[in-house]
Amino acid sequence: MGTTGTVRIGVLDLQGAVSEHLEAVEAAGGAAVPVKRPEQLAGLDGLIIPGGESTTIGRLMEEYGFTEAVPEAAGEGLAVYGTCAGLIVMAREIEDGVPGQPCLGLMDIGVVRNGFGRQVDSFEADLVLKGLPGGPFRGVFIRAPYVKRLGAGVEALADFDGKVVMVRQGRCLATAFHPELTGDPRVHQYFLEMAARAGEGR
Amino acid sequence: MTVGTAKAGNDERTGAGRAERAEKGTWRVKKGLAEMLKGGVIMDVTTPEQARIAEEAGAVAVMALERVPADIRAAGGVARMADPAVILEIMEAVTIPVMAKARIGHFVEAQILEALGVDYIDESEVLTPADEEHHIDKHRFKVPFVCGARNLGEALRRIAEGAAMVRTKGEPGTGNVVEAVRHMRAMMSEIRKLAGMAEDEVAAEAKRLGAPLELVREVKRLGRLPVVNFSAGGIATPADAALMMQLGADGIFVGSGIFKSKDPEARARAIVRATTHYNEPEVLAEVSKGLGEAMRGIEIATIRPEERMQDRGW
Repeated sequence: MGTTGTVRIGVLDLQGAVSEHLEAVEAAGGAAVPVKRPEQLAGLDGLIIPGGESTTIGRLMEEYGFTEAVPEAAGEGLAVYGTCAGLIVMAREIEDGVPGQPCLGLMDIGVVRNGFGRQVDSFEADLVLKGLPGGPFRGVFIRAPYVKRLGAGVEALADFDGKVVMVRQGRCLATAFHPELTGDPRVHQYFLEMAARAGEGR
Repeated sequence: MTVGTAKAGNDERTGAGRAERAEKGTWRVKKGLAEMLKGGVIMDVTTPEQARIAEEAGAVAVMALERVPADIRAAGGVARMADPAVILEIMEAVTIPVMAKARIGHFVEAQILEALGVDYIDESEVLTPADEEHHIDKHRFKVPFVCGARNLGEALRRIAEGAAMVRTKGEPGTGNVVEAVRHMRAMMSEIRKLAGMAEDEVAAEAKRLGAPLELVREVKRLGRLPVVNFSAGGIATPADAALMMQLGADGIFVGSGIFKSKDPEARARAIVRATTHYNEPEVLAEVSKGLGEAMRGIEIATIRPEERMQDRGW
């Protein structure tokens, strides 16, 4: 964490809803930077892996060395938050994944891609998020995955229709839904606090 | 712990004072899918095999067609929605979103595509229009629509009808990027002009654009379109894709450019990388190497006026 006290959050800028996360981080009081190269991870308190196509993001991450660099930085204290495709990329196992689709194994979870169906089944719904103040949170689910298997150290923070849609394990956070599309900063604020604490521990 | 897959209604926990009601097909989820495609490449495919090549190369979505625009152009006659069997085969083959085209104004083709479960409908000038006056009322559908536009007014008319994503038209099936550039430049320049305009000049500008005043105001406030704007029509090389991105596109449609080239796999991969790193000439130089022959292009001036696809729609 910088001496000014501002939490520095990188947003992985390979494909997907990057600008929405940059804006959401700034709105939550952090400093946001787009990350296109592994060397840009240095000096960050947290990294957001945005929503997009998980196969595309996964392949580009592999090609540009992020599949080694991100777990390494996470091991050294970098907080990581993945939304939708980001959740898939962070998982240990992907059900119905495309052969060769990389997964970082940052969280001990098994996920199901397109777990709620195709785009015609994409939906919005009010969610209760454990540990977040201020009432229900509008969940925007777009061809969303869900978490089918949770390992021992993983905490479920929200579910919908009996499916786990928000998880935390240590300094890693993941949501199947898209807080960056709602204008509600609470999930980003929650992550910024995680990242600030992660920075203190280093 | 393993979580079951209880359906709404038989989940005993819904009674615990929680509002578990899913709203499908909202404006936010329609627009949201396009936002997830940003910075990506959507590729035209005609077979499951091509769809897998596209997915493997890193495409964010595929457009399922019977024929790519270059072949539609060559074949002439009336071009219609693809055979549902072809679309379903392609949907089976890949896990990325699958789009399909309906004729302009042909809302029944759109109903069929929605019933098939395609992820996005392109109300497209590549097909022969079914209605020369009215576009589809896209608000009536749960499935989102993308529409082509040559300028800001046309884009806002489509958004007013319910399009959740826009693409500049270019001239499809030509492998010639000049029209794509013309349309993207027109749109961006009109947006910049609007941003610098006094509030009391906006109503007259809306009239000139032929677009609803509220949408024109929103563009002025945002400094961009209220939905994602991709580039389409004539993109054939990694450099073409990066050019459109530098001109302000949110992502790229490649129609004939990939599977009409000598080495589709290599070209598809290169165009994806060029779209991600559109601002890094060293990367563009690297990915442009040794791709083999691009599709043979067409000089726009040699196309007869009635064969110009971009003039379809208004």
